[in-house]
Amino acid sequence: MLKAFASYITYDLVGLDRGTHLADALNFFIYDTIKIFLLLITIVFVVAIIRAYFPAEKTKRILSHKSEYIGNVMAALLGIITPFCSCSAVPLFIGFVEAGIPLGVTFSFLISSPMVNEIALIMLWGLFGWKIALIYTGTGVLIAIASGIVIGRLRMEKHVQDYVWETKVGNMEIVETNFRDKIIYARGYTAELLKKIWPYVLIGIGLGGIVHGYIPTELVVKYAGRDNPLAVLVAVLIGIPLYSNAAGMIPVVQALVGKGMAMGTVLSFMMSVTAISFPEAVILKNVLKMPLIFTFFGIVTVGIIIVGYLFNAIL
Amino acid sequence: MEIKVLGPGCSNCIKMEELAKTAVTELGIEANVEKISEIQEIMKYTMSTPGLVVNGKLKHLGKPLPSLDKVKALIKEEA
Repeated sequence: MLKAFASYITYDLVGLDRGTHLADALNFFIYDTIKIFLLLITIVFVVAIIRAYFPAEKTKRILSHKSEYIGNVMAALLGIITPFCSCSAVPLFIGFVEAGIPLGVTFSFLISSPMVNEIALIMLWGLFGWKIALIYTGTGVLIAIASGIVIGRLRMEKHVQDYVWETKVGNMEIVETNFRDKIIYARGYTAELLKKIWPYVLIGIGLGGIVHGYIPTELVVKYAGRDNPLAVLVAVLIGIPLYSNAAGMIPVVQALVGKGMAMGTVLSFMMSVTAISFPEAVILKNVLKMPLIFTFFGIVTVGIIIVGYLFNAIL
Repeated sequence: MEIKVLGPGCSNCIKMEELAKTAVTELGIEANVEKISEIQEIMKYTMSTPGLVVNGKLKHLGKPLPSLDKVKALIKEEA
């Protein structure tokens, strides 16, 4: 139905001839835009309702009684559904540490929460299909678990800013809300998020259309294809400064995959976009000393690179 | 009445403070609206900012912000 609608606009309303580059690009743009926005609105709304049941305070309570390995697994999974923005990373970190949650478990949460987010998942699902979205989620959670365990084992407690250990935390209450409040919350959350990301999505889909119509396949295969062993490394480096623009990047990447970019490289790239960001590092500087920040980003980067090579080899 | 707005200084925290002040004016009550940006003080109540505390009780936490009517209702509950 969506396809028919996109064709109707392109060929009948605008009146372009079938088979031309421009018609292809416009058709692709209209179809993808409608599909992505429908997915975004419905799924973000549903996810927001689920999230309303898992405020950070509750997550903290769940994690505070868990041992090392189970804690890491739970933290990585809860990271998917607990609402988190990097502006509350500092109070969240202090709250977790104060509640006796081990450092490694706290990191499992801090890694999975931004990396496995609903925007990236929706975009991957809509443009690459559910299998790739599932692989992304699974490997993201695994990286969060493994990195958290490694950081825990490195015994880096002394590289946490000293005042963190001295901060006294009150008995945090959970503000109880009824279902109606949760619907209002979800509506507000969805509206706020869409307002923030819609320009990136449109630009991304537009750029994707240009790649789709005009960039030659041989070029993409040569630089981003399976046979270039450096592609994963370069993709991760490019992804690091592109933080928080997952919504805009995925349509471009999808067009590149159509031209021969390897899937493992795509996964690495997306993960480095979502998981590693300079602003987050600056904010975390308030609670962590430099060696721990470097260790944190270093371990996650290595994990992401391994995932890229692994999936380039097996997909 | 003592109203505290908790937030380290992000744009939502500033909006929350304005909301609280407008609510107090429109309700026509005597209240002192105070902005708390020191992390140790915030941590006594919540990890999710912005937060709204009325007479020592946490009434709202996190994003998205409540509507003006909701803020008024939250303040009235403690009045």
